[in-house]
Amino acid sequence: MSDDDAIAGDARPRLPRGVRLTHSEAQGGWVLIAPERIFKADAVAAEILKRCTGQVTLAAIVDDLAATFQAPRERILADVSKLLIGLAEKKLLEL
Amino acid sequence: MADAGTPHKPLGLLAELTHRCPLGCAYCSNPLALEPRNDELDASIWGRVFTEAAALGVLHVHLSGGEPGARRDLVDITAHAREAGLYTNLITSGVGVTSRTMRDLWEAGLDHVQVSIQDSDAVSSDHIAGYRGAFQRKHALAAEAVRLGLPLTVNLVVHRANIGRIGEMVDLALKLKASRIEIAHVQYYGWALKNRAALMPTAEQVTRAVADVEELRDKHRGRIVIDAVVPDYHARFPKPCVGGWGRRSINVTPSGRVLPCHAAESIPGMEFWSIADHSLPDIWANSPAFNAFRGTGFLPAPCADCERREIDLGGCRCQAFLLTGDARATDPVCHLSPHHALVTGLAAVQDDAPYAYRRI
Repeated sequence: MSDDDAIAGDARPRLPRGVRLTHSEAQGGWVLIAPERIFKADAVAAEILKRCTGQVTLAAIVDDLAATFQAPRERILADVSKLLIGLAEKKLLEL
Repeated sequence: MADAGTPHKPLGLLAELTHRCPLGCAYCSNPLALEPRNDELDASIWGRVFTEAAALGVLHVHLSGGEPGARRDLVDITAHAREAGLYTNLITSGVGVTSRTMRDLWEAGLDHVQVSIQDSDAVSSDHIAGYRGAFQRKHALAAEAVRLGLPLTVNLVVHRANIGRIGEMVDLALKLKASRIEIAHVQYYGWALKNRAALMPTAEQVTRAVADVEELRDKHRGRIVIDAVVPDYHARFPKPCVGGWGRRSINVTPSGRVLPCHAAESIPGMEFWSIADHSLPDIWANSPAFNAFRGTGFLPAPCADCERREIDLGGCRCQAFLLTGDARATDPVCHLSPHHALVTGLAAVQDDAPYAYRRI
């Protein structure tokens, strides 16, 4: 998948088994943990990843974030797509 | 002073649940003086260790050994680690963890499995492990983990007997449906140090192996993640061992001794504290062993004014001691070390004597 490809609106992104989003007070926030790898998730990324349960479509996630943070939908869609495509390439997310 | 002066927070905990192991691999990095079963911590104490570790900042726990499957309460221990919120990685030889146990571990929330493979050739693999039939049993365990949907890493320790078959071993990992393979050249501690000349590859073999790995990465990109640990006796710069002494890692031995790294007990005169007498945060902040080599200020020349000092952190303290007799010295793997000729000399010694198999 190239960076230009859009994710289908009805995709239901989820973290695969072996990848977990967790909160560590000692490490100062949210972290995405995979085998031998750790990624700090900033506040925006954490809000996105919390919604990647495999139950909810990408379109619904974007609607939810746009409503919650009162931000333009197109902008949210661009941010979410960029994060999710990057993680999927690293096999940290399933689309 | 418990919280002052310790700016670093640990990320990983290596939990050596037992030193017992059915295999006898000559490259094992466990100490020669293995701890007996009677001294092993019980599951509830491991639970306390995990809770304290998580509060300290630890994210990954590696359930290791010896062979963790030798513990009958492995499932309880794993459940405790998950309850503490830790990411649980089982490091197993594949011998001693039954399919039934693997299912129970999956239910307990195990996050990831790492299984070691000694070689792509069954006869050679069993010879290296000193255990007939191990090769087949590893396949069965890997298949069960994958069937359950657990992500699988194959760990492959490279030395003179198998260094020509890295491509075949990656093919085997693909066949086992591993998502990741760790190609680790032997590091010479514990039993591996004892067997150094029997394990040491030649410089030509190492050069070819490094090139092989680069080719394999390109060939299999997107199918499997290939992580490689360099053969440090053949390197020009040392490894920043365990990410720095007392910076990122904690090792707890089967009896509860808390070490900055798994080989730290090879340095004489160190004072290690036990989980029986102290909490983990107390040990991390205050134990003499953890504070012995924190930072880089203690490093002598050539590290003292080297631009790479904060990159490789002077290398490995255990290796510095084992090869030069001085744990504060620059790791002699570094080509700038005055003792580097020792390492190049040892890297040129190959001996086909029989392995001294690891035995408890």
